[in-house]
Amino acid sequence: MKPDFKIALIGNPNSGKTTLFNSLTGLRQKIGNYPGVTIDRKSGLWKINKEHIAEVIDLPGTYSIYPKQPDERITIETILNTGADTIPDMVIVVCDATSLQRNLLLCTQIIDTGIPVVAALTMTDVTAKDNISIDKNKLTRELGVPIVDVSHTTQKKIQQLAESVIQQWVNKKNNIVFYQPQHEVLTALKNKFHLNNEYEALLLASISTQLDTVEASQIELVHTLIQEKSFSVTKFQAEEVLARYKKIQSIINETVQKKDATLYSRQWTKRIDKYLLNPFWGYVAFILIFFLVFQALFNWATYPMEAINYLFAKTSEKLLHILPDTILTRLLAEGVLPGIGGVITFVPQITLLFGFISLLEETGYMSRVSLLTDRVFHKTGMNGKSSVALIGGLACAVPAIMGTRTIENYKERLITILVTPLMSCSARLPVYVLLISLVVPDKEILGFINLQGLIMLGLYLLGFVMALFVALIIKLFIKTKAVGTYIAELPIYRKPRWSNIAMVMIEKVKMFVWEAGKIIVMISIVLWFLASFGPGDAMQKAEIKARENAVTTDTVLINNQVQAARLNSSYAGMLGKWIEPAIAPLGFDWKIGIAIITSFAAREVFVGTMATIYSIGSNDNPDFDDLRNKMRQDINPRTGTALYTPASSLALIMFYVFAMQCMSTLAVVHRETKTWKWPLFQFAYMTAIAWIAAFITYHILS
Amino acid sequence: MTEKLIPLSQLPEGGKGIISELEQSAIAFQLFEMGLLPGTPVEIYKIAPLGDPMVISVSGVEITLRKSEAAVVLVKQTAEAPLN
Repeated sequence: MKPDFKIALIGNPNSGKTTLFNSLTGLRQKIGNYPGVTIDRKSGLWKINKEHIAEVIDLPGTYSIYPKQPDERITIETILNTGADTIPDMVIVVCDATSLQRNLLLCTQIIDTGIPVVAALTMTDVTAKDNISIDKNKLTRELGVPIVDVSHTTQKKIQQLAESVIQQWVNKKNNIVFYQPQHEVLTALKNKFHLNNEYEALLLASISTQLDTVEASQIELVHTLIQEKSFSVTKFQAEEVLARYKKIQSIINETVQKKDATLYSRQWTKRIDKYLLNPFWGYVAFILIFFLVFQALFNWATYPMEAINYLFAKTSEKLLHILPDTILTRLLAEGVLPGIGGVITFVPQITLLFGFISLLEETGYMSRVSLLTDRVFHKTGMNGKSSVALIGGLACAVPAIMGTRTIENYKERLITILVTPLMSCSARLPVYVLLISLVVPDKEILGFINLQGLIMLGLYLLGFVMALFVALIIKLFIKTKAVGTYIAELPIYRKPRWSNIAMVMIEKVKMFVWEAGKIIVMISIVLWFLASFGPGDAMQKAEIKARENAVTTDTVLINNQVQAARLNSSYAGMLGKWIEPAIAPLGFDWKIGIAIITSFAAREVFVGTMATIYSIGSNDNPDFDDLRNKMRQDINPRTGTALYTPASSLALIMFYVFAMQCMSTLAVVHRETKTWKWPLFQFAYMTAIAWIAAFITYHILS
Repeated sequence: MTEKLIPLSQLPEGGKGIISELEQSAIAFQLFEMGLLPGTPVEIYKIAPLGDPMVISVSGVEITLRKSEAAVVLVKQTAEAPLN
């Protein structure tokens, strides 16, 4: 059955809008795009009754109909229908009873556009505890639209909401007008654009500078009209807000009864805040909570991740055995399957991080995290909530970047996305371990500090400091139209609604697998092709030569040598040699070049590639001692001295601290910014920093 | 009790005041929409441990904002910080 009409859900942030959306649509949700903005279009199907199915569109939470950020204009555009066929037939405005005054501001704004409205009242369980009673019948009369209390989304309440929706759909109008501006410019705009009324004309005038969906010539027309008559939008907006609040106050006086002055629900919050926002205990709690998050991502997630890797590796192995040895088989077993495996490996970390992020959001603690750290991050153009992304980035940048959605301000969010991959993630760890153990002696300084451990800690700090530094620089260059304020409601502490958390986890996994996953699988196939094929019969010739030159009869050793020879003469090998002039100033040779190219898939691939090149087999867990010895013996043909000196090895470490060696991160940045501009910029600046840092390290130490 | 107007950002934690006027700016309009209307009582709920941002109570709800944003609101102070 196809939906017969569209309903938009509008409400304040934290008003319970998402809970209502989830209980109306369940798992029948889908995510799409709005043209020109980075916000997703979330919609789902709601079976209203036997005859009707509605498409419910979950619009981003907002305090007022007037947008403050480029992305927030979605609400106003959806209602004005400047974007063609997307106009909803009606709106459900979600009103939080605990701050009815401000929620009614948005509600009456929507009502005055003339679109049929049903108001859904939430959080009356909280107001009941505060001994506040709201006369819903009176409120319905005063607002002129049906009101349904959906604080507990039971089947009965949903049924009531359905009845009210049908009633308003038939009615096609709201009964009361709260504010209508009067001006000849507005009347002219109304007639020109076939708008419902003068208030819609005021909305159009207020966003005319930001509209992408209206033709340029039309926007020009709005501008000339406004300028000719020296019409002031802001004057009318201020008058509007005052007029609305005056009416709302009299409605509240009529309908809301407060038995005593104490707000019990807020007493609890105030008591908890005394500790969680305390200069000492606040940070103790902060550190404990994030230690747990980090622990989960870094340790717990590795078990399912290893299981997934094992499963995919075994399946590939089996396929190579069962199927005939053709290019297609190898494409499937060595290109496609590992690519898909590489996507699925992220699922445990994404699930866990989003479990935590939405738990923090649901309970209200996220706003406190922001309060505790905002001062530090705001200086660098970020937000207190950026701390979650940066801490998450220590495990993996992929879920961390997806988690920046909690940052409302576009510019702060973008900067956070751009610097998060500088945090040393868990994929860098094997590279660090191999290279540090190669050149840094395993000894204690001052009797108890392990030197290798100290260098490792230094690398993590380096990544963090660079992230802040880069943010500081980028902040000066990114210009946005957004006002970008910190103004928001501080939610009270609440019990989490587990179903909401589960929905977020499902949604994020789906989004990553289907959208970023496509790009990741494609790039892995390209990388597989580069490493498995060479120009003409170069690889076959290399293999024959390797077998002829073999001085041993050990088949395993010969196989390893053949593998090394094949990789060296593949396209990847050629590319490694081709980029040698660019990396020679860093003390690297073409073999390192190959590893840099193959580890673009993911940094930890560096270790496996090194193992293949040094003929110690290509399995995932090479013998570190063996590999280290082979690497130590290697001679740089240009200088005639050891290839892995402390200088070149530390330069290589520096390179991996800063370089954007991760296709999955780039795919996710593309998904989150909805453009290739930012991932490409990120790749360029990180590679540049990596090169410069490696260059300086190499030349200071050698 | 003083009749002097001070920026909201300068009220101490626990301090109370009555909103007197707001600047003409986009930030002020946003605060206006959040219910910071002239004549409304306001209280400083909390100042973040690092000194910024701050949380204010207005009409029974708490609102977070940075001090630079609170500076556009002028208040008539009615009470000093209570002695805990």
